[in-house]
Amino acid sequence: MKPFDYHRPETLQAALELLTDPGATAYGGGTNLLDMMKCGAALPGTLVDVTALPGLQGVSRAADGRLRLGAALRNSDLARDPLILAEAPLLSEAVLSGASGQIRNMATTAGNLLQAPRCPHYALPESPCARRDDRTGCAARDHAGRDHAVLGWDDSCRAVHPSDLCVGLAALGATVEIATLAGRSEQPLAALHPLPSAGRALEPGALITAVLIPAASLGLRARYVKVRERTSFAFALVSAAAGLEIADGRITRAGLALGGVAATPWRRAEAEAALIGAAPGPETFARAAALLLQGASPSGENGFKIALAERVAIRALSEAVTPRAGQAAWPGSVFDAPKEDTPDVA
Amino acid sequence: MTLRLIINGQAQEIALPDSRLTLLDLLRDHLQLTGAKKGCDRGQCGACTVLVNGRRVTGCLTLAATLEGAEVLTIEGLSSGADLHPMQQAFLDHDALQCGFCTPGQIMSAVALMAEGETGADPDRVREALSGNLCRCGAHPGIVAAVCSVLGEQG
Ligand SMILES: Cc1cc2nc3c(=O)[nH]c(=O)nc-3n(C[C@H](O)[C@H](O)[C@H](O)COP(=O)(O)OP(=O)(O)OC[C@H]3O[C@@H](n4cnc5c(N)ncnc54)[C@H](O)[C@@H]3O)c2cc1C
Ligand code: SF4
Ligand code: FES
Ligand code: FES
Repeated sequence: MKPFDYHRPETLQAALELLTDPGATAYGGGTNLLDMMKCGAALPGTLVDVTALPGLQGVSRAADGRLRLGAALRNSDLARDPLILAEAPLLSEAVLSGASGQIRNMATTAGNLLQAPRCPHYALPESPCARRDDRTGCAARDHAGRDHAVLGWDDSCRAVHPSDLCVGLAALGATVEIATLAGRSEQPLAALHPLPSAGRALEPGALITAVLIPAASLGLRARYVKVRERTSFAFALVSAAAGLEIADGRITRAGLALGGVAATPWRRAEAEAALIGAAPGPETFARAAALLLQGASPSGENGFKIALAERVAIRALSEAVTPRAGQAAWPGSVFDAPKEDTPDVA
Repeated sequence: MTLRLIINGQAQEIALPDSRLTLLDLLRDHLQLTGAKKGCDRGQCGACTVLVNGRRVTGCLTLAATLEGAEVLTIEGLSSGADLHPMQQAFLDHDALQCGFCTPGQIMSAVALMAEGETGADPDRVREALSGNLCRCGAHPGIVAAVCSVLGEQG
């Protein structure tokens, strides 16, 4: 690993000043960045640990009623927070379906948003990878496997965004609060994860300070469904988050996002619009899911993801119809299976 | 840089040789606390699991420099004298290991479950909650039984 300086500033101003050094990088839980530093995919000269910054902590209610998730809030604290469980249990469910108990105790909100792609070439400095170092080439162009994108990709990069949390946040219409020395701003979540055709995300020196969830969110009739190679502790092959608001038998608001299929949590205005005004049910959901997947194409040995994603979206929408709140959300895998379907191992 | 922290109940002042040092390497290479194991060094196996301020973390993805003022508990600090922690005893009683490489991490993770209090003695939930701890020998049935027995007692 390349040597680096380590700082743990206690004010935002001090952190932002440290980040003006072009070799400096924000450091949250380090569960992704330290991993990337060990394999040589990230080479920061200075780490600016943001976990002690006062404005980046906890879950709180903003003055305008929105939920504010601190950028340095640990994933497991997010998943257990009473406000989240009461108003947006979907987020708890998404977080708990990712990584492990240990990693979730360390990982932060902002770190999860900005984690590196899991494309194997990204972590291998010997492979050409435009995503990693802005040089030319993409080693996955001829060797894309099961895990790569089926939507929004091009020959410059076909990696997917690996986060579970972001898919839930996208469905709820979250925005991201950003601080620079010039001041604060807010951006839609999607701006953080541009498609390969759209260039860079966060400007150098900027810090994420919080994620904001709209008031009266879709949080209660909402569901996260994740399909992976094994029951636990694996990234999504495909996942879907759906949130619905239903009044008088009609859908009045909807949020729908897919994970594991694109460089960003995949949303499409047409798919959400197709839900509005319709009665919740299989036909409505199938129509929306088809619109969401429109234009999908395999980027490697992953054509199976297209049909899978459509079905996972329909499942998430169907399960979202039944409201839930206040309960500890556990991942939607074997725990939802009727007891008699689960093999008895012990 | 001098790091002040508490390891297994003892206040320590450590002259950090390098900011690159992980908690796992600090424990194993500098403090001769070799209970926590290095399996993958990438957060994927859980063999290095220890508690920091009562929460389970992977020592391999924790920079020692981040631990100023922290309280670290490793497998070496779990028993009091000859009295094993109930979780250690349960692993013995249920024969919950073969080679033992994953065991310190399994036990520290399981001890954290007692405080997290979300699984009860439900084997499905225990399996899910311990999925960050891999066992190459396949001792999982014994591990789940051992952990459930302690969590069941806890009520
Ligand atoms: C074994 C393993 C399994 C995993 N499985 C899953 C999974 O199934 N699902 C899933 O979603 N994730 C999974 N993860 C990824 C994990 O969720 C991320 O590593 C974690 O969320 C990153 O958070 P962090 O705080 O540790 O980020 P760090 O590693 O500290 O940082 C990651 C990136 O974010 C930047 N950053 C951090 N904070 C800020 C800030 N405030 N402002 C600006 N930039 C910032 C850093 O500069 C860096 O580029 C897994 C990780 C591991 C190691
Ligand atoms: S797909 Fe993207 S991340 Fe993977 S090698 Fe190509 S440019 Fe890099
Ligand atoms: S050595 Fe730390 S998780 Fe494998
Ligand atoms: S007992 Fe050998 S790895 Fe678990």
